[in-house]
Amino acid sequence: MEQEITSSAYLDMELLRFTTAGSVDDGKSTLIGRLLYDSKAIFQDQLEAIERASIKKGEDSLDLALLTDGLRAEREQGITIDVAYRYFHTPKRKFIIADTPGHTQYTRNMVTGASTANAAVILVDARHGIVEQTIRHAYIASLLRIPHVIVCVNKMDMVDYAQESFEAIQRRFLEFSSFLDLYDLRFIPISALLGDNVVERSKHMDWYQGPTLMYLLENLYISNDYNQLDARFPVQYVIRPQSAEFPDYRGYAGRMASGTFRVGDRVKVLPSGFSSVIKGIDFWTDSLDSITAPQSGTILLDDDLDISRGGLIIPEENGIKQGQEVDLMICWFSEKPLVVGGKYAVKHTTNDLRCLIKEVKYKVNINTLEKDYHEKSIGMNDIACITIKTTKPLFYDSYRQNRITGSLIIIDEATNVTVGAGMIV
Amino acid sequence: MSKFKLNHLRELESESIYVIREVVSQFENPVMLFSGGKDSIVMFHLARKAFYPAKVPFPLLHIDTGHNFPETLEFRDWLVKETGVQLIVRYVQDSIDRGRVAEEKGYNASRNKLQTVTLLDAIEELKVDCAMGGGRRDEEKARAKERFFSHRDEFGQWDPKNQRPELWNLFNGRKNLGEHFRVFPISNWTEMDVWQYVLMEQIALPSLYFSHERDVFMRDGVLYAKTPFLPMKDDEVAEKRIVRFRTIGDATCTGAVESAASTLEEIIREVAATRTTERGGRADDKRSEAAMEDRKIEGYF
Repeated sequence: MEQEITSSAYLDMELLRFTTAGSVDDGKSTLIGRLLYDSKAIFQDQLEAIERASIKKGEDSLDLALLTDGLRAEREQGITIDVAYRYFHTPKRKFIIADTPGHTQYTRNMVTGASTANAAVILVDARHGIVEQTIRHAYIASLLRIPHVIVCVNKMDMVDYAQESFEAIQRRFLEFSSFLDLYDLRFIPISALLGDNVVERSKHMDWYQGPTLMYLLENLYISNDYNQLDARFPVQYVIRPQSAEFPDYRGYAGRMASGTFRVGDRVKVLPSGFSSVIKGIDFWTDSLDSITAPQSGTILLDDDLDISRGGLIIPEENGIKQGQEVDLMICWFSEKPLVVGGKYAVKHTTNDLRCLIKEVKYKVNINTLEKDYHEKSIGMNDIACITIKTTKPLFYDSYRQNRITGSLIIIDEATNVTVGAGMIV
Repeated sequence: MSKFKLNHLRELESESIYVIREVVSQFENPVMLFSGGKDSIVMFHLARKAFYPAKVPFPLLHIDTGHNFPETLEFRDWLVKETGVQLIVRYVQDSIDRGRVAEEKGYNASRNKLQTVTLLDAIEELKVDCAMGGGRRDEEKARAKERFFSHRDEFGQWDPKNQRPELWNLFNGRKNLGEHFRVFPISNWTEMDVWQYVLMEQIALPSLYFSHERDVFMRDGVLYAKTPFLPMKDDEVAEKRIVRFRTIGDATCTGAVESAASTLEEIIREVAATRTTERGGRADDKRSEAAMEDRKIEGYF
């Protein structure tokens, strides 16, 4: 039985979001099943349900992969269709897993899962080594700037736990990923099926001195994952009770995208550009001294300014980029190809606007990671660099500096479907 | 700069408040579905936090099966009086009387599935463009694939294979006329998170959640409360036991657990030690392996 977690300990836990990526049959579902099973996140009735299902499928041992099977269509086809979210906790952290399917056609799901992740766990089959999918996964982790990447070389039991197999894969990975922006990269040899180096240390790989996967997940340093330097507060909603008790209350509600604001800070409000001073920071009935990403709260200013949803509060002295023409790295999600010259709706922080696609600069060849300046047709799951022109000025940071003020989504105006994810260069 | 560390409950709270504020900003006529269960009570608490000192700018919508525990309704009415929120109630009984749905027959008859029709009718009647629900992804495998902002077509149906990708904190609530959204602000919370948060924030809950004496009987391994809504078979006997409920739904499909936990601290200890999911006591989920998936596709909560 797991150790009891007292309420005070529970309130001291941090949240870590990670995404898992692997190609079909890399043992991703088994790994997640193993993490859930070994951290006692699986309940008796769930266990009984997969026991029944394992027997029904004619398997002689418990198939942990069944734990993550969601929809009936998936069970029937033995595949994963969509991002599924899983939860478990240890005394140190609460974990949210964005479990994304491995097939090529579901790149959009991996991008979705990656967009909010602190860490990516990329699975490589020890027998097959680096495959096309691995390169794609590493590239997406880099493109989406996932702060920590853990490469798990799985099925080590199938290669006799051989150090050479592990090291060859590690070498090959480091070779191709030297072109990528992966700044915290780790490698672990594991067997998800047998549990080696997942939660428990392996008894078969004395040559590996590094941490287990669980130890890493529990101890990755994540406090720096948010941009702490540039305070950015996109205004989501204006709170004006106009009640007898609060006749003149005017609070700007939102969630800190990055950095910290304190009461007394001199700020600039965009798009108007007017300056003011933070008079108060409210959260429910509490008055706070400061607000730090990713906290939600309500900011009160000294001056009565005309600020509505879509406004942005930044420090007076800290600049932000501004412009109507921006270059984006995009991942395209739609079967309908990107139309150069076409108009799309855009969501950027709390702003709704429209844009015109001016040009495709290049398309990324996902297998070689080369830029193709001649291929201009962008279809489903393609990644490209494009230029857009927006109907009104954007106030933004580069995605490299800020995952929130540097990201946007592109929406088809006819169907209202999200067709692209954009990261401002 | 001092190190800032947000504990995970506060981070979840901030995320949920962000989602609720997005709903109010992106939709014209949102409602919050309210069942009287702990998840909807916590969700409503978050809504109050999101807009304070203004009032919650949307009504609560209760789809009443008519098979409630009286404690649930008492609590609901108390909460409405305390907070001044607007409450709208629509009755499954009315849908039955109008012939929109037919009552299930037999001993395991439940109005759980019928609620969907009443809910969809209410959404159409009230011109609701977004209904917030207290669904959590850890509850059930079909829910694990649910988005925060979940699009529903003009028939109120969910298309799990064709969901909108949801990136960063950018939620796309754009839709055509007649379509609506279901939004799940506490998607990322687990049962334990909800209980710890209730304790941290001292949120009031219906007495059903706490240990009490009640007439119950056993059917298919589940302890049911003896109520007029659930006829007992000849060989079933009711007896007094000390029980509490882990979830609160229709009296006909919500199982009780034997428990002496009468404080939040004791409940949390029990939840931490328990080895069955909270929906393990829900007969509505046991009907088939894909019971939740099927109901969700039709437009269930």
